[in-house]
Amino acid sequence: MPKFTIPKEEYMNPGHVGCLGCGGCHAMRYTLKALGPKTIVSIPACCWAVMPGPFPLKCLEVPLINTAFEVTGASISGIKAALDAKGITDVTVVGFAGDGGTADIGIQALSGMVERGTDVIYIMYDNEAYMNTGIQRSSSTPVGAWTTTTPVGTTKDWKKQPKKNMMEIMVAHKIPYAATCSVGFPEDLIKKLRKAQGIRGPKFIQIYAPCPTGWRMQPEKTIEVCRLAVSTAAYPLYEVENGVYTVSRKPSELKPIKDYLAIQGRFRHLPQEEVDAMQKTVNWEWKRLLKLEEFTKGLVEG
Amino acid sequence: MKMVMTGNYASAYGAKVCRAEVISAYPITPQTSIVEKIATLVSSGEMKAQFVKVESEHSAMAALISASMAGARTYTATSSHGLLLMHELLIWSAGARTPIVMSNVCRANGPPWSVWVDHHDSIAQRDTGWMQVFCEGNQEVLDSIIMGYKLSEREDIRLPTMINEDAFILSHTVEPVDVPDMELVDSFLPPYNPRFRLDVDEPYGFGSLVMPDMYMEFRYKLNEAMEAARQGWRDVEKDFEKHFGRNHGGLVEFYQCEGADAVLIMAGSIASTAKDVVDKLRSQGKKVGLARIRVFRPFPVEEIRKLAGMTNILAMCDHSYTFGHWGPMAQEVRGALYGTKDMPMLKNYIVGLGGKDMTPEVIEKLFLKTLELKSGLDSEIEWIGVKGHGEW
Repeated sequence: MPKFTIPKEEYMNPGHVGCLGCGGCHAMRYTLKALGPKTIVSIPACCWAVMPGPFPLKCLEVPLINTAFEVTGASISGIKAALDAKGITDVTVVGFAGDGGTADIGIQALSGMVERGTDVIYIMYDNEAYMNTGIQRSSSTPVGAWTTTTPVGTTKDWKKQPKKNMMEIMVAHKIPYAATCSVGFPEDLIKKLRKAQGIRGPKFIQIYAPCPTGWRMQPEKTIEVCRLAVSTAAYPLYEVENGVYTVSRKPSELKPIKDYLAIQGRFRHLPQEEVDAMQKTVNWEWKRLLKLEEFTKGLVEG
Repeated sequence: MKMVMTGNYASAYGAKVCRAEVISAYPITPQTSIVEKIATLVSSGEMKAQFVKVESEHSAMAALISASMAGARTYTATSSHGLLLMHELLIWSAGARTPIVMSNVCRANGPPWSVWVDHHDSIAQRDTGWMQVFCEGNQEVLDSIIMGYKLSEREDIRLPTMINEDAFILSHTVEPVDVPDMELVDSFLPPYNPRFRLDVDEPYGFGSLVMPDMYMEFRYKLNEAMEAARQGWRDVEKDFEKHFGRNHGGLVEFYQCEGADAVLIMAGSIASTAKDVVDKLRSQGKKVGLARIRVFRPFPVEEIRKLAGMTNILAMCDHSYTFGHWGPMAQEVRGALYGTKDMPMLKNYIVGLGGKDMTPEVIEKLFLKTLELKSGLDSEIEWIGVKGHGEW
């Protein structure tokens, strides 16, 4: 079988106004490569509300609607309903929102959209904080991270709460398809998006999209941190199809979480005991994920 | 076809005869029978529409903005807190120039909880860029939806329209309503076919970031459309009358205003009661009149100025209040009248908040009280029927 290659076609032109090393930029580029030109994209307030360029500039070759922060799920429901009313069946409708716009302010509209069984793809590009407004914590910010609203200071005021698990929330909605992917693994990302495109009903795709600016990291480290996120299981890649889990990448041996933390300035304040505690959590979550895969696959085979 | 129906059913049939393609709505008292009726019409196949049953009014409006941008004719209905929750997206929909038509069942805002008529909900949306119509009866509710789409979808207007019907007094009270044949409506209202839409063959972007100079241009254009809509409503109603053989009085309906000693100005269903009172008082030789503000946005400045030539005493009966400065419609009337030749005296009555009953007796007393102002204005504002402020 020939090796899967990334489509050559480009639907994102040069000229975006994102930061150096922006993971969200790759996320959009690969998404459009995967889904093709018959795609309508709805974008709420997030980095990508700015990145296509100010009017009349636009670096994307697909129709694009900007919406209010919290309405992506409702917006793509409306587009889909209009296409249905017009009898248009060959267009993919995509919501492209950040983690704050998804896990925080937009979670109600997303929940409604999924519950209604809307035939759309919802993408959360996850840079783990409110990056467009300047690095404020979101519920998707990982435990231990510095942000401008968890500024560490002298009171150890880093983020104390674990990252909200949007995948589990989606699975609880009985969503037909949900997947995590990463801009460091573009083949996997494109395969998952194409799979989503072929499934009827709501699809949720969570893309790991590093933000060098907000993560206090050199721009050239974007892909490296993606690789470390998977090899340490800080951000595992997996998919859930009708409740059945499949882990996409299983490192034979996990690298220590400290390797992942070390290249990001946002974790540099953490004392050893916090790193140790984090390692325990990662190990537990990773084992839990593998067990979930085993358990749910067992249900199907049984 | 003539049918006996509530204002809410008139709204639902209005959406139906206009062939709204995407409906998105969330239930709220006293709007619920609109969405129930539409759901019934859709499920029976009588109405060909996609009904997106969203989880909030906020999402309802968001879904419609996007559906409208994708080229569909869209409709929703709400009331009170639902309308308030939509506020952000009302501004968005006007900015996006989406010709959405929405029925708002005018209801008081909490707290304290109240489900009865009050115009505070719609008045609070005055500056959103929506056109607003206040209806007196159920026929007008249905007809205004047809007129609303006609004007909203006009290329040089492209603004959303809110059709206001009073809670319970219209929403749940039956009247004979002529539901026009869809073919007749088709001849008046062609399908919505916007030049620019979300289309994969012409991949435009909408609503993106603009620099300050450009932003002001967009806002100027929006206001230009709103200003043009003032004549637009006059033209649309004339055109409507040609097709359907009835009108509802233009932007401001004048009832026995010419040469009146005193004129009350009202909006909404109480005007209907007031007309009976005018007839009664006129038969007794008392020269009173009624002006009914039908279109509130764009504000009918010329029509209000006409009043200055008709009477010396005006009294605006506001169904809401802008805490800290007058009733909102009185402010606007006063602003329009300022500087006119022989500017009439203007009194402001605050009436019927939260459904406080406006009976013919109360309205008659208001007229008589206003006639007495010939000897001079006693006070600028009066709340009618509150404790310690006279016997009503």
